[in-house]
Amino acid sequence: MDTRPDRSVSLETLPRKQHGIVAAIDWARLAGPEARRLRELGFDEGVDVEVLHRATLGQGPIACRIGRMTVALRRAVAGAIRVSPTPAAAE
Amino acid sequence: MNAAPLVALVGNPNAGKSALFNALTGARQKVGNYPGVTVERKAGRLTLDDGRPVELVDLPGAYSLEPSSPDERVTRDVVTGTQDGERLPDALVVVVDAANLDNHLRFTLQLIALGLPVVVALNMVDLAERDGLKLDAAVLSRELGVPVIPTVAVRKRGLDALRAILTQTVVNGPIRLRKSDGSVQDDIVTLQRRARDIATAATLSETPVRRWTHMLDGVALHPIAGPVLLLAIMFLMFQAVFSWAQPFMDLIDGGFTALQAFITSELPDSLLRSLLVDGVIKGVGAVIVFLPQILILFLFILVLEASGYMVRAAFLMDRVMASVGLSGRAFIPLLSSFACAIPGIMATRTIDDEKDRLTTILIAPLMTCSARLPVYTLIIGAFIPNTQVLPFVGLQGLVMLGLYVMGIVGAFVAALVLRRTVTKGVSSGFMMEMPKYQWPQWRDVGIGLWSRAQIFLKRAGGIILISTVILWVMLSFPKPPEGSKVSPVDYSAAGRIANGIAPVFAPIGFNRDIVLALIPAMAAREVAVAAIGTVYAIDDPDSNQGGKAMVENLRGRWSLPTALAFLMWFVFAPQCISTIAVTRRETNGWKWPAFMVGYLFAAAYIMAGITYWLAVFAGL
Repeated sequence: MDTRPDRSVSLETLPRKQHGIVAAIDWARLAGPEARRLRELGFDEGVDVEVLHRATLGQGPIACRIGRMTVALRRAVAGAIRVSPTPAAAE
Repeated sequence: MNAAPLVALVGNPNAGKSALFNALTGARQKVGNYPGVTVERKAGRLTLDDGRPVELVDLPGAYSLEPSSPDERVTRDVVTGTQDGERLPDALVVVVDAANLDNHLRFTLQLIALGLPVVVALNMVDLAERDGLKLDAAVLSRELGVPVIPTVAVRKRGLDALRAILTQTVVNGPIRLRKSDGSVQDDIVTLQRRARDIATAATLSETPVRRWTHMLDGVALHPIAGPVLLLAIMFLMFQAVFSWAQPFMDLIDGGFTALQAFITSELPDSLLRSLLVDGVIKGVGAVIVFLPQILILFLFILVLEASGYMVRAAFLMDRVMASVGLSGRAFIPLLSSFACAIPGIMATRTIDDEKDRLTTILIAPLMTCSARLPVYTLIIGAFIPNTQVLPFVGLQGLVMLGLYVMGIVGAFVAALVLRRTVTKGVSSGFMMEMPKYQWPQWRDVGIGLWSRAQIFLKRAGGIILISTVILWVMLSFPKPPEGSKVSPVDYSAAGRIANGIAPVFAPIGFNRDIVLALIPAMAAREVAVAAIGTVYAIDDPDSNQGGKAMVENLRGRWSLPTALAFLMWFVFAPQCISTIAVTRRETNGWKWPAFMVGYLFAAAYIMAGITYWLAVFAGL
């Protein structure tokens, strides 16, 4: 694992099509059921994620790929997820 | 044992449980594609290889044994043997999506830990292979310690192997849970990591290929193209309802008119003829005419669900829904409510948050359901001139659109107010798995449509026929004495009741005929049309020539402000006993249906009044 200084960004700001590894999830920022559902959908440290789509210009939800699944999240939730971008993601 | 063994189908949403259930039992069931379309207990019969019958039950999709919606609670309670009215299953068939193993295996591990005999159906292996994923079922079976059968439910592949394994698995004898209290407290993260390790071990090769779903989502979820596409689909849907249905409606209308003419010519003028022609045929015919429109609307909704697009629509709509305190999830039940509020209210079971769900239930009746169409069509046809406002845009269509918009605006305002008052609480989030796109299985769509048609025809033949006949009886008796100046309707029992209530509705411009139509229309909205038909048929027995006469009668007896107020009333009024009943069932009591009826009637009265007086002052 990467031990260099923290280069992680929030999933909310991860550029589209840029892969990343979940570095940390701030569970305390999430409501109980929300945190559980996030875990159930497979969000966990060390998992590969990618932002696929951002909804309409404003503050709509984002769609991201986790594992082989596509999941829609609100930005507030995505903001609680820190991601370390992985260099040169293979297509 | 005397009863047939019980086998439950369990799995994550979108694993293809319903499709597997249909394939194994041939039972009639709706197959959809947004998480949790299976909301009721669906049971069917399966015969094992040794001839033993097995009862197969299809459980709602769940992500874990910790329920976060009423749906998932049922699943947990059945597999732990604590569900009322269901015994502990003798075996579980855990359905997993082959292309989504690392996620689905976690729930599988939880289920295996319960201690019931388990068979894993590794479903949709064909789609996984199309996506460049090769799996080893033997490795998976070894790691999980249970049999694993690759299946493709929609192509009926792997079913024989599954049945063979079940024959060995289902033994007649007592089954006990390993953890009798049903609490599987394993840490979700630990289970998830174990699931990922197993998935990696069972994966032979994984080559990323261009996935259809990603390409389609590139358009469907695009910040600009996405909303445009959604609007276009909505437009096409309503366009289809009004234009595609027309030839079929004309056909049905012609049939009923012919039947009416036939009976009129064959039977002597008698009470029986009046009952058949004025009561039964006019009443039921006026409603059945709308079957094509209702089926086209349901066709769109079933296809949108089954293809996986519905969840994309929820994604696009989340922003808008959040502005009134709801989530994108509420969009799916609300869209279904355009067809009928009953499936719409039932679809709210997939909303995790209780307050969110309640708000959605309370506003669902404001979506213009198909039962309002007969009323709108009749009144608009009679009172709104068929002039072109713009090329391809007629005034009648514009008024119809306005009524739909009025319902949507009303629903949004209601949600906004409710979320700040009676259903106050923190806004729940929006987190949803987006399933792969799939071609709808036409057989399943056909089954869904057929069951809708049956429900509608049963309504027409049951509740609508009965209320129409009762109304006819009450309108026909007592008969005015020979030579009386009083009209037969005013003299009748129903006419007297209506005249008594009429003063309540006079301030909003409603006449006696409307009051007469509103009372039986509590049974179902469409009855209003049938009721008006019956009133005029009895009041004016000479005009027996079908729909045209009804329009002439309306024009002669109603003012334009009255007609507009009547339309506005129907936008808001909760005139449907079935909706009230389903709300009672879904909210476990009379409190919320009573509240819903109260606030909707108040809104209907106020809005109809405002419409009436605005129209009067505008000199219409």
